[in-house]
Amino acid sequence: MIIKPEPSLKDLSYLIESSGLKPSDLLTMYRRMLTIRYFEETIRKIYHEGKNPFSMASGIIRGEMHLSIGQEAVAVGTLYQVRDEDVVVSTHRPHHHAIAKGVDLNRLAAEILGKVTGLCRGKGGHMHLFDKVKSFACSGIVGASFPQAAGAAFAFKYSGKDNVAIAFAGEGAANHGTFAETLNIASAWELPLILVIEDNKYADSTPKSLVMSTTFHYQRGLAYNVPSYLVDGMDVIDVYSTATKAIERARKGFGPTLIEALTYRYVGHFEGDGEEYRTKEEVEMWSSLDPIRRLENRILRLNYADNEILAKLREEARKQVQDAIDFALRSPYPDPNEALRGVFA
Amino acid sequence: MKIRGIAQSIAEAIKQEMERNDRIVVVGEDVTYWGAVFGFTMGLFEKFGRKRVFDTPITEQTFMGMAVGAATAGLHPVVSLMFVDFLGAGFDQMYNHMAKNYYMSGGQFPMPVTIITAIGGGYGDSSQHSQVLYGLFAHLPGFKVVVPSTPYDAKGLVTKALRDPNPVVVFGHKLLTGLPFLPFEGTEEEVPDEPYEVEFGKAVLRREGNDLTIISAGLMVHRSLRAAEMLQRDGISTEIIDLRTLIPLDEETIVKSAKKTGRVLIVDEDYMSYGMTGEVAFRIQAKALKDLKVPIARLAVPDVPIPFSEPLENTVIPNVERIYNEARKLYQES
Repeated sequence: MIIKPEPSLKDLSYLIESSGLKPSDLLTMYRRMLTIRYFEETIRKIYHEGKNPFSMASGIIRGEMHLSIGQEAVAVGTLYQVRDEDVVVSTHRPHHHAIAKGVDLNRLAAEILGKVTGLCRGKGGHMHLFDKVKSFACSGIVGASFPQAAGAAFAFKYSGKDNVAIAFAGEGAANHGTFAETLNIASAWELPLILVIEDNKYADSTPKSLVMSTTFHYQRGLAYNVPSYLVDGMDVIDVYSTATKAIERARKGFGPTLIEALTYRYVGHFEGDGEEYRTKEEVEMWSSLDPIRRLENRILRLNYADNEILAKLREEARKQVQDAIDFALRSPYPDPNEALRGVFA
Repeated sequence: MKIRGIAQSIAEAIKQEMERNDRIVVVGEDVTYWGAVFGFTMGLFEKFGRKRVFDTPITEQTFMGMAVGAATAGLHPVVSLMFVDFLGAGFDQMYNHMAKNYYMSGGQFPMPVTIITAIGGGYGDSSQHSQVLYGLFAHLPGFKVVVPSTPYDAKGLVTKALRDPNPVVVFGHKLLTGLPFLPFEGTEEEVPDEPYEVEFGKAVLRREGNDLTIISAGLMVHRSLRAAEMLQRDGISTEIIDLRTLIPLDEETIVKSAKKTGRVLIVDEDYMSYGMTGEVAFRIQAKALKDLKVPIARLAVPDVPIPFSEPLENTVIPNVERIYNEARKLYQES
C-alpha cells in the first residue's frame, strides 16, 4: 500500500523544489537515513550476541529492544530542519528520532550499552534517552509523549520564543487518552506543537483494524480543529514538505498540527518478537517501499548524484556507526555506587 | 500579618515567589475564580491574570505531563491537584516521569515542579474525596513530601518548594485550610510579611514532654496536641513531634525523642499498612531499640476505605479521644 503514487521525474523535481529542498538536501537526508538504518542493524546484531537461548537479561545489551528499521523517513523528514532548542519527545522506539535530531551517536550507543559515557551515564538505557544539548527526551510509557511536548510548547509560548515542540507516538499510543486531551488543549491554547503519529499498523502485536474506530488518526485531529495531514511515511520528501509547513505554522503562533505518517517496521515490535500477527507477504510488500532505496532511486534518476557518490555516503555512514559502537564497547561501566546518587537535583 | 489556616499562607507564598520569579506559572483545575477550590491559589488570578494562572481542562494526565514538559523547557509550574484522590488520573506522568526524569537523564533535566494538593477527611466526603495518600508519594523515589500543619510553616515550606529544583508535593489538609465551608482545627498565627524558608527535613517539637512521644503530621498534629493536654491532666507528660516533611525525614529528631521518653505512638491519617507509621517505627527501632520501654504503637486508618456515614468515618480516622486512649494505654503498659 502506498498512499501517493510515485510521481513522474518532472513532477518529482517540481515537488522537491516547491518544498524548498536542494539536491544536496536529498543527499544529506539519504546520509541520515543510512546512519539510522546501519545503527539499528548493528545494534540488532550486537543485541542478539550472547542471547542463545534468547534471554533479555543476557548479552552485551540487556532489556527490551525496540528498533525502527523501516521508519527512518518519518524521523528524518520531520526533523530535517528543526533547531537544537526545538523540543522532541519520543517513545519506547526512539533511536531514529534521536539520530535525526542530531544526538551524538557515540553517546547514544554508549547509553544503549549501559556505559558511563552514555547520554544519561547509563541510568536511562534504550527507552529513556535524554540529551539536553539537543533538547531530546523520550519515555518508555505509551502515550506519555503528547502532554510533555505540549508542556514544552506551552513554555515556548509563555516565554515568547518561536521554538516548537514535537511529540512522536505510534498509532497505538494515539488511542490513549493523552492524545485526545493534548489535541484539545493544544488547539484551545494554540500551542506550537506538532504531533507526529507513526502508523506502523500494530500496537505491539495488535492490528489497528481490531481496536480503532476510525481508519486513521488524522480524522480525530480534525474534530479538535487541529489541521491534520496523512503523509506517506515511506517518502521522506512527502514527510518533510508537510512537517515544514506545520513547523512554520507553529513558529508563527498559529497553533498545532497533527501529522499521521503511514509507515512500517520491518522488524518485530521488540527483538525476540515471533511476529505471529502478520504475514511474510505483508512484510515483503512493505519492504518493496523501503524509504532509503526509494530515495536512492530518485537521486539517481534525477541525476543529483551518481553511484560512486552514494557509495561514498554509505561508507561514511557505516564508519560513523562502527566508530560509535566501538566507542561504546570500549567505554567503562559506571561506578556501581552511582546507582545510589542523583535522585534529587 | 495574622493568618488563619494554611490556605491563605500558601497562596501568599506563591504570590511572593511569582513576583520574584517570572518562570513560575500556576496551572490546574479551577485555579482562577475558585482558588483551586481549597484556597491554595486564591488571589493569584486577580493579581497576575491569565498570563500566569491557567485553568486547565479536567485532564490530570495531560496537565501533569505538561508540567513535566514545561519544567524541562525552563518554567517552574505550580500544579494544583485539586484532591489528592485524583492522582490516579495523572499518576503516570507524576511517578514515571516527573519523579524520575532527573535521575534517568543522568542529571541533565532537573524537574522544578510544585504540586499542591488537598488531603484528608472528617467532613463527610467519603471514599474518593477524603484520602491522604502521601505515603504513596513518599514510597516512590523522586518526590519531596511536605505536610504543613500551621500557617507559618505552610508559607515557609511552600516558599522553599518554589525555590527547589525538584518535584515537591505539598499536602494541605482541608480541615487546616481555614475556609468558611469546612470545619477548622488549625491555628491562627502571626506570619511574617516577608518571604522566608522553612527547611525540609527538620521536624519540629510542638510540645515538650518526658513520658511519651507522639509523632504525626498535618491535622493529626493538632489532634495529638489536644490529646496531650488531656494526658497532662492524668499526669502524663507528652512530647509532640510534627514531621513537617516525610521526604526528607528528620530521623535525628524522632530518634532523639524516642530515646528520651522510651515510649512512642505514631499517629497518621493515611492508611495503616506499608505506610508512614511503619516507616517511622522502623527507623526508630533500628537506632533506639534498647531505649524503648514498650513496643512502638500506631494509630492510622485501619486499611479500609473512608466510609461516608458520620459514625463510620469517625471510627476510621484517628480522633482526639482515640489518640488519648492509645497513648494512655501505651504509658500504662510499662
